[in-house]
Amino acid sequence: MLAHRMNALAARQGLALSRRGFLLSATATAAGLAIGFRALPAAGSEPPAAASPFESYIEIAEDGGVLIHSSQFDMGQGSYHGIATLVVEELGCDWSQVAVEGAAGNPALYGNVAWGGAFQGTGGSTSMTTAWDRYRRAGAAARQMLAAAAAEAWQVPADEIAVEKGRLSHAGSGRSAGFGAFAKAAARQPVPSDVALKTRDQWREIGNAGTKRFDRVGKTRGEQDFTIDVTLPGLLTAVMIHPPKFGAILAGFDAEAAKAAPGVVDVVAIHRGVAVVAEDMWSALKGRDLVGVTWDESAAETRGSAEILESYRSQATNPPKAMARNDGDVEGALASAETVLDSTFAFPFLAHAAMEPLNAVARLSDDGILEVWGGHQIPDVYQQIAAQIAELPPEKVRLQVMKTGGGFGRRAVPDGDVVGEAVAIAKAIGWRAPVKVQWTRENDMRGGRYRPAYVHRLRAGLDAVGKVVAWDSHIVGQSILHGTPFEAAMVQDGIDVTSVEGAANLPYAVPNLAVGLTSTDVRVPVLWWRAVGSTHTAYATEVFIDEVAEAAGADPVAFRLALLKDHPRHRAVLELAAEKAGWGQALPEGHHQGVAVHESFSSFVAQVAEVSMLDGRPKVHRVVCAVDCGTAINPDTIRAQVEGGIGFGLGAIMQEELTLTEGEVDQGNYDGYLPLRIEDMPEVEVHIVESDAPPTGIGEPGVPPIGPAVANAVFKATGKRIYELPFEKGLLA
Amino acid sequence: MITFTLNGVEQQLDADPEMPLLWALRDKIGLTGTKFGCGQALCGACTVHVDGFAMRSCQTFVGDVEGSDVTTIEGLDGKLAETLQAVWADLDVPQCGYCQSGQIMSALALLTETPKPSDEDIDGAMSGNLCRCATYQRIRAAIHETARRMEA
Ligand code: FES
Ligand code: FES
Repeated sequence: MLAHRMNALAARQGLALSRRGFLLSATATAAGLAIGFRALPAAGSEPPAAASPFESYIEIAEDGGVLIHSSQFDMGQGSYHGIATLVVEELGCDWSQVAVEGAAGNPALYGNVAWGGAFQGTGGSTSMTTAWDRYRRAGAAARQMLAAAAAEAWQVPADEIAVEKGRLSHAGSGRSAGFGAFAKAAARQPVPSDVALKTRDQWREIGNAGTKRFDRVGKTRGEQDFTIDVTLPGLLTAVMIHPPKFGAILAGFDAEAAKAAPGVVDVVAIHRGVAVVAEDMWSALKGRDLVGVTWDESAAETRGSAEILESYRSQATNPPKAMARNDGDVEGALASAETVLDSTFAFPFLAHAAMEPLNAVARLSDDGILEVWGGHQIPDVYQQIAAQIAELPPEKVRLQVMKTGGGFGRRAVPDGDVVGEAVAIAKAIGWRAPVKVQWTRENDMRGGRYRPAYVHRLRAGLDAVGKVVAWDSHIVGQSILHGTPFEAAMVQDGIDVTSVEGAANLPYAVPNLAVGLTSTDVRVPVLWWRAVGSTHTAYATEVFIDEVAEAAGADPVAFRLALLKDHPRHRAVLELAAEKAGWGQALPEGHHQGVAVHESFSSFVAQVAEVSMLDGRPKVHRVVCAVDCGTAINPDTIRAQVEGGIGFGLGAIMQEELTLTEGEVDQGNYDGYLPLRIEDMPEVEVHIVESDAPPTGIGEPGVPPIGPAVANAVFKATGKRIYELPFEKGLLA
Repeated sequence: MITFTLNGVEQQLDADPEMPLLWALRDKIGLTGTKFGCGQALCGACTVHVDGFAMRSCQTFVGDVEGSDVTTIEGLDGKLAETLQAVWADLDVPQCGYCQSGQIMSALALLTETPKPSDEDIDGAMSGNLCRCATYQRIRAAIHETARRMEA
């Protein structure tokens, strides 16, 4: 759904690039061969100039090194490894040759195909979808050109050259060489106009369950660098003082004492607050304690989260402001139904709370280039923001894409919060030194951009034989896209797709089905949070369908399967998870199973959770998960993402909640905001459905089903449905 | 001047004795493998060993390690540490990797003390180390596997 809207956006701007609309290009660089694709020029115009090394997908150096420029940002989900797998497969290099760097600054090359190709960005679990063709073709083209160069030098036919593990060889003549020997010569070969990709039966890397992440070793030795680790000559560290309430603005500040403190270099006001700039983090933190700030709160959000949710509850009983789906006659069917169920679910604000608190580094070099290091999840947007703040043309801004310590959506911010801060601070001190702005955990927790709070009211009608005749859902909450550059294209007729995804496409066959939305006006900044709309829609729909099954006196799995006749991929994962979990078979005393199935980001996931109650709290022992994400590129990464997604989602429904009192966030650190810890991690078993379909998402789809699966098991254990999250609250209610 | 042993080498540091060891390591000495996650001893990302014990360096004054033996992720050696790191890679534990220095330092302290830890021992020793990517299943498996390999 999201992809569809992004395509519409791209098409409107005349920017849509079809997958075929690319022309291979290659250049000899100082280092060797660089392979890229250029957007096909308009008919009759000159082909564009040769790609520069910054505009390529793969560079092969004379030492044989293969450097891959990744269009997709890596926040831990393994996009670099996924893209490298595609290249290694087609290029025929060895993993030991491979390095991957984040690329930015050329949407024509790096635009996300799943979003229409106009913008570079990572999100919606689209990385493998957008990379799938592009990086395999780049790898295949490079292999073909290397082989052609070797054939020319050895005076043998190119199709007799074998390419494997980073070596070119010719059996007949017994000759062989590494890639490096032909890197330069390959660049002079004609660029193939198209390339044949390996067929499924030829794959050795794609689908190989034994492949481990190429970047794992550095991460066990403290060698992986993140933005926090960027070191530059003369680098200063800045810490921020943000407004205590969202929407408050700086009225004044007193920095006398702070400026006199040891190590403090400057204290400056910027568009987002006050920055204390120092020689090191500790000096900046100590200096910050000495700054007095006053705020103008006249335009600030002053409500608490309890008030906000209370108002959502009352709005949920009114007719929705907009309809996302309206099949048949829901009100009529509810009126004539034998049994009507009516349940209201409440979801809190949630923080991303990634382990690396937000940060960015900005440096203006002597040659007038502004470099910005950071977790650039939407680089084109950040380039524009940095350019505007610095008052430079965008082409003078070079983004250095760093891997980040988690992200979960928090690094894709339409207003470029922390990126803008780094640039603004460096500018405010007259560009005299590079600046790293480093948020503390409290800055990060209180700095806004949360999974919005929502209330869902669901009603269902059953006839006398227990058949579902009506399903009505009304979702109330903030629009994530409102006020962003994406709003015009992605919010249509009052429907923000990110608010209703997972609910509006309910797969169950119900003849009268309506999904309505009321978007609210609240000034708490919100954002996509791993699995976005499905973080709440999956919970509401999958707990409610269980309730409906219960009312119909049916088994939850059988009931779902009967309503999924036209959805074979949902059915397949549900059947597989149920089978592997031993659904319906005897369990240890006090243990109960709950199930949920959900599609998100074009992948299908079913989970069966086994739960017992311990001191009034659910203990999740085991989760059996079946996943269909199309072609499985890296089975072990898929497993890891699902294991992690389950832990992430489980922490959220059990105990995560971000609250506000009179407009101020109550939690500041991991003592108030409580992600899952090791003792609550269940044993997770992941089964991957074999598929020939193109690869789809895996970073997010593991998250949505765990909440409802556990809630449905808790119902079996206690007879209590949990309508209010987190469980800590809902179990008491 | 504060003097201590860092990764086996004598270190002299001219710093505010109240500076947390974390920032001394990262900003003054340039060892960035030890991470900042919370600053309040709540997440474990900054875990180092002080005289063999796992400590949160964000809540340890650098002045307090005077005369002590400090080990960071960069200074690990010996059979147990090497086995642990190899198993960590074999089981593909890290996702983003940000918490992993701290996880490994805590796991190493646990295995040093308790060569064959139970699940409860692991919960007890590792509960202070958050992993927002929730790599916990593999962390647990890696600790057990390291214990097995050390026994073999
Ligand atoms: S940074 Fe020290 S425990 Fe979190
Ligand atoms: S691997 Fe990302 S926080 Fe642990």
